[in-house]
Amino acid sequence: MKLIIAVIKPFKLEEVRDALAAVGVQGITVTEVKGYGRQKGHTEIYRGAEYAIHFLPKMRLEIAVASANADRAVDAIVKAAKTGQIGDGKIFVTSIERAIRIRTGETDNNAL
Amino acid sequence: MKRFWTLLALPCAGFAATPAFAQASTINAADTAWMIVATALVLLMTIPGLALFYAGLVRKKNLLATMAQSFAAVMFVSVLWFAAGYSLTFSGEGAYLGNLDKLFFAGMNLDSVNSLASNLPESLFATYQMTFAVITCALIAGSVADRMRFSAFVLFIIAWLFIVYVPSAHWIWGGGFLAGMGVMDFAGGIVVHLNAGVAGLVAAYVLGARRGYGTENLAPYDLTMAAVGTALLWVGWFGFNGGSALTAGSRASMAILATHLAACSGAIAWMVMEWLTRKKPSVLGIISGAIAGLGTITPASGYILPWHGVVIGLAAGIVCFWACTWLKERLRYDDSLDVFGIHGIGGILGTVLTGVFAVGAFTVTKELPQGQQGLLEGNVGQVVTQIIGVGICFVWCAVATFVILKVVDLLVGLRVSLDHERMGLDITQHGESVHT
Repeated sequence: MKLIIAVIKPFKLEEVRDALAAVGVQGITVTEVKGYGRQKGHTEIYRGAEYAIHFLPKMRLEIAVASANADRAVDAIVKAAKTGQIGDGKIFVTSIERAIRIRTGETDNNAL
Repeated sequence: MKRFWTLLALPCAGFAATPAFAQASTINAADTAWMIVATALVLLMTIPGLALFYAGLVRKKNLLATMAQSFAAVMFVSVLWFAAGYSLTFSGEGAYLGNLDKLFFAGMNLDSVNSLASNLPESLFATYQMTFAVITCALIAGSVADRMRFSAFVLFIIAWLFIVYVPSAHWIWGGGFLAGMGVMDFAGGIVVHLNAGVAGLVAAYVLGARRGYGTENLAPYDLTMAAVGTALLWVGWFGFNGGSALTAGSRASMAILATHLAACSGAIAWMVMEWLTRKKPSVLGIISGAIAGLGTITPASGYILPWHGVVIGLAAGIVCFWACTWLKERLRYDDSLDVFGIHGIGGILGTVLTGVFAVGAFTVTKELPQGQQGLLEGNVGQVVTQIIGVGICFVWCAVATFVILKVVDLLVGLRVSLDHERMGLDITQHGESVHT
């Protein structure tokens, strides 16, 4: 089992969700987060005052999939989330030791 | 009730001198109806108008504390106006201050009127003027936002009401020496906006800059609140300037028209300035320009024609934009929400422009058949008179504000501690916070 963590531009969320659904992913957890990478931040001006905004809003997706499906899911995210502009985000993939469905007690791949 | 007694007295008229209670009332029903509405509109400017406008411009941790200051102004200034403010401003012929005859609204009853507005019940005139004192004190809160102790703010506005607002309102509106000199201030360019702006400037210097000013992000928490607040101020201003006619006639409606045009022109001018220099027309810029236009038209609103309002509004947008950016940076003060840059500069500009645009025909009386004419009608002297009025009130307000702040500092301390400023005033001053 693999855990895919993707940090993407907020307005790409719906496209990514559709793309993941198309490759059979059954569940996604989404969090609104702030952060920065190569994009750094931007400046905002309020009357006379200029402020540098270092942390930009992003969406953080967590998707648990069977190992065999991980590459397809990652490809789907890359394809859907890509704009070619700086700030498109990143994807991290790690292994999952255990998974349990709370309602039934099913474990591992059956729980995904 | 009054009519009943008058009818009852009629048959007796041939037998006895007419009793005092049967004298013909000068109170006009139409004027009274409009001024009740105008009074409500001006109170609406402070709560919720100004409370929302200011709260939206501070950081989330200081939102409730900023609203509390608007409410404090309503609570304390209203009661103090009843206790002594009204009497010291609008009773008596003194050149510098009124008298104590109307302490606690002494003598006020259903039939009483103030000679300055004998067409209105005295209770209405006194309440209308009360709402002006309230908003002037509330405006100052913008300069000291994010760092002033609540107790210090309350003590400050109590003293400031009596030492700055009451005297200058008497000088100009209560028959004092500036009125005698011919200083024109229809609805408060000096009394309200210059006073609040100058007090804000002095307070910004005395309190010092907010922690992190110029280095940390002090961006507004929620500009939607500020935009809604501005809209309420804008509409409320119809009562502020239109009501200052104290009648329901064409003077009030002309003032409202000029006021609205100035607000629109101010917003356009500020927006264009920002678009040209900063590449984007911000919402904060649009609402700031509207307030600048409204503050600047205030002293002129009842003396001018509609096109004057457009010119004054455009001037307000450009000059106040300059004051809030270039001038503020040069003078190195942290007036958190630009009370001086918008109200102070706008009030001064508008008061001087009143001397330029005043139309004599609006102020014709038996004693003054030409009316009070401005520069455009060939009366250069009016501009000079306006500048003298501005100068006297500027100096009085600045010196008095400085002294009051120093005394309050000795009593309770003006500024919250560094830790409390970092934690925010909502939790440290009021024990509450915004959970959204």
